[in-house]
Amino acid sequence: MPPESKHIYTVSQITQEIETIFKNTFGLGIWVEGEVSNFRAAASGHFYFSLKDEKAILNAAMFSRVNREVKFKIEDGQKVICFGKIDVYGPRGQYQIIIEKIEPKGIGGRQLAFEQLKERLFKEGLFDPAHKKELPLMPFSLGIVTSETGAAIRDILGILKKGAPGVDVVIRSVRVQGEGAASEIASGIEELNEFSRQANLNAGGIPQNAGGKIDLIIVSRGGGSTEDLWAFNEEVVARAVYNSKVPIISAVGHQINTSLCDLVADIFVETPTAAAKIVVDKKNFLLAELANSRHELGMSISDIINSFKNEITRLKHSLKSPLDRLEEKEQFLDELSVALNNSARQLINITRERARSLIERLEALSPLAVLSRGYSLSVAVLDGAIVKDAARLKPKDKIKTILSKGAFISSVEEVIDG
Amino acid sequence: MAKEKQSFEDDLKRLQKIVEELSLGKLTLGESLKKYEEGIKLAQSCSSVLEEAQRKVELLMKKDGKYALGKLSEDIT
Repeated sequence: MPPESKHIYTVSQITQEIETIFKNTFGLGIWVEGEVSNFRAAASGHFYFSLKDEKAILNAAMFSRVNREVKFKIEDGQKVICFGKIDVYGPRGQYQIIIEKIEPKGIGGRQLAFEQLKERLFKEGLFDPAHKKELPLMPFSLGIVTSETGAAIRDILGILKKGAPGVDVVIRSVRVQGEGAASEIASGIEELNEFSRQANLNAGGIPQNAGGKIDLIIVSRGGGSTEDLWAFNEEVVARAVYNSKVPIISAVGHQINTSLCDLVADIFVETPTAAAKIVVDKKNFLLAELANSRHELGMSISDIINSFKNEITRLKHSLKSPLDRLEEKEQFLDELSVALNNSARQLINITRERARSLIERLEALSPLAVLSRGYSLSVAVLDGAIVKDAARLKPKDKIKTILSKGAFISSVEEVIDG
Repeated sequence: MAKEKQSFEDDLKRLQKIVEELSLGKLTLGESLKKYEEGIKLAQSCSSVLEEAQRKVELLMKKDGKYALGKLSEDIT
């Protein structure tokens, strides 16, 4: 039953009353937990959405003045915890919460913001392997973006000094944690790029000295809490790494979760030491490769020399050896000597033949042959001379007269001149 | 040394080409010996560039839009 006293409010008055009650009850602000739905960002920059649970719904408004501070993207379905004041909106007869703070429920606000940023950059292609640059064969000049006074730079320089002492280092010292660190890191990366580019230009594109050119950049800091390392998760750093023309190794210490800087970098390692070791490894790998090249060159050249040697041997074989030639000559000589023997024998025969005929002719001329025809021959007994002239004889000289058969000695009676 | 550092990658590529050419064994003896000699020289100079033990450690600074290299404030080299 309605009470007797009849105080009649206008709509505005009762709305005013309700507003007062809300103000008195929730004036200092309240925390509300719920799920976001119907989220929309108006052109004015204000956010409008509802918070709901299984049984109720609460309209929410968040003005641009405060929503600029929100580090994560508000989305439908998200469970959030909000702080604000309950406000009555007369023109619509509605009440709503004017949110001053909003946080994702369950997961840390910054973490969520990070996850969302990561997803956005991923979609944009900042982690695309296709964009990753190859590291130089050998970085002779190293740019390092880190704190000049931190542990990271000591670690890196120490490893390099031991393992690759010829590598020049240009340090762009930055703050690696706290307010403003991210933008310092980003501009450090940009400045090393710019410095390297200028060094290239100054030398007319073909630098004569490697002094200015940067082959590789290491972005680094030593280990620390997630909080300490947060600068490396900022978008500005991720973009600077992405835009770098010089290849980048990210070495943000010892943390389990990879930073955005890691994800965008061409290579990432867990520690500053590991980054420096990449450089040392490259050097050692190349030295081993060079030794191998020398070895291969040696093998090849001795193969080549051997094959030429074999070729020579083969050719030698196909040529007559001097010894073979000698034997050949000897054989020829043998043949000649056989021929010579034959000729000599023939000559002897011929000669013998001739001799025989000569003997025959000689025999025909022999005086003995004449005697056989009845002639005789006289010789002086005294001196054996053949008597041809009677004038040489005188009586009583003894002469021997040879006949065809036998002989006789006679004494001269009378000399008759011829 | 700077010059050799600059041509290091080219030298290395040239060396690899020579190693390959020589391994094919299709050159004359004279050419082979020439390439061998060149290859060994390249390998030598590349190695000595890598084994170089002098380094500079400097700090990049930007003043009035111009870059300058300076010494580290603390000697940690």
